[in-house]
Amino acid sequence: MTPTPEERLAVALVRLILDPAAPPARHIAVGAASPIPAAACWLVKLSGHPVRLSLLHREEANPFSEGTCELFDLTAQGRIDLFFLGGGQIDGTANINLLGTGDWPAAGTPFGGVRFPGSFGSAFMYMMTPRTILFREEHSPRVLVPRVDWISAPGVSPPEVFRRGTAQALLTGRCVFRFDSARARFALDSVHPGETLASIRAATGFDFDAPDTVPETPAPTEDELGLLRGPVAAEMRATYPGFCARVWGAA
Amino acid sequence: MFIPLDDLAARIPDGALVALPPDNSLTPSALARALARRGVRGLRLVGVPVSGYATDLLIGAGCVAELDTSAVTLGEAGGAPRFLAALAAGEIVLRDATCPAMHTRLQAAEKGVPFIPMRGVLGSDLLAHRPDWTVIDNPFSPTRDPILLLPALAPDIGIFHAAMADDEGNLWVGRRRELATLAHASKRVLVTAERRVAGNLLADEKLAPGVISGTYVEAVALAPRGAWPIGLLDEYPTDAEHLLAYARAARTREGFAAYLAEHVAPAIAAAAE
Repeated sequence: MTPTPEERLAVALVRLILDPAAPPARHIAVGAASPIPAAACWLVKLSGHPVRLSLLHREEANPFSEGTCELFDLTAQGRIDLFFLGGGQIDGTANINLLGTGDWPAAGTPFGGVRFPGSFGSAFMYMMTPRTILFREEHSPRVLVPRVDWISAPGVSPPEVFRRGTAQALLTGRCVFRFDSARARFALDSVHPGETLASIRAATGFDFDAPDTVPETPAPTEDELGLLRGPVAAEMRATYPGFCARVWGAA
Repeated sequence: MFIPLDDLAARIPDGALVALPPDNSLTPSALARALARRGVRGLRLVGVPVSGYATDLLIGAGCVAELDTSAVTLGEAGGAPRFLAALAAGEIVLRDATCPAMHTRLQAAEKGVPFIPMRGVLGSDLLAHRPDWTVIDNPFSPTRDPILLLPALAPDIGIFHAAMADDEGNLWVGRRRELATLAHASKRVLVTAERRVAGNLLADEKLAPGVISGTYVEAVALAPRGAWPIGLLDEYPTDAEHLLAYARAARTREGFAAYLAEHVAPAIAAAAE
């Protein structure tokens, strides 16, 4: 079986979720419009790993009974171990920008920048979750910038500021970066098929560390592909019909 | 307690601070259309915790002066076109927030306290643009512990679309408990309801945990399919095709005007012909 790009990314996320060096992921929350992280989480669970999944976007059997504030209350208490965030811009110190570019909008003045949807819960979740995996398929100098125009949520904080964690890694359509919070710097971990250190440098607006020899991101195994195309797809169809039809065809 | 939809809209004055849920939580779409129809002006909208179709529609119809929210999106249908156009033209005041801050500020109002601390946010540019938010040092900590303080938020009016309303004005919203917080925190609650049920919802032990007491509710207007084109719990799904058509039409002022004429003010449009 030949994996699709989406399947490769989902399995790359699985490797990061199950990384034994990272704090344990007993309870993972997945936000809206995140089909690839959702697929990765289902793959982890359906592979037999004991994990609680809270999928915010799920209509049927939604995991929350106390309204949309419950996710934030759980996270505030440290009951969510892992969350996924993206960004219209992400910079080399793992700052994320979901706000926009250009000058800050002001009433009475035309706004010439690009507006993204908004910060959602990122300014809180990024700091209160022990582990965040940053995920953005587009890997270009437009997205991975030297410095974000606006910080929705900071990658690192001064020592006196309470935070439980930050980015563990950044997965893109081209590669995996690991984040070293002590140095506030990304290091290239692996490249997807067809990419090289040079192609990653060319597509990345920020500076990062890299080993002498960069490994290729491991491909999905036959077992993983079988699970993705069978039980994972079955779990996801109701929530992400468009995504499932595109990646796995009609049910 | 029960009044016609347009009378409900008439109770919302120009300039009111109005809080409403986004497109996954009992969206008051029919009320937003009634407000656009009546031509309310200068609303200060609050997204609980984000904003969607109803807010974009009200902005496009020229009803909105200010928006306090954590994001504005039409979800699968993409960006909110009239919001983006109004922002580009400098026509609205936007206050960017983050989802838990919205819930927490309403919870402070619910408890009747003037402010409330919340973790996170320090180091975000949100803070630099929120002169109404402040940072203090935790007075109970032996070591330095800066923490965000948020002012309580008591909207003038809370609006949403309840799945059921009874004769007492009790509303059933199921597990959407953020709407209970919104109702408790708001000075007035004006809602639409999908249907009216006989008797008292609080008399049913199984339904009672999903009920907002009529104590908080000023008036209800019946509005069958009142969330449309947004879905309502497990009753009807979002009309994705309509939302896409809206997103396309609302890209231009003319397209949005045509949408208003067709879906919001057919009576007015017909009279003008």
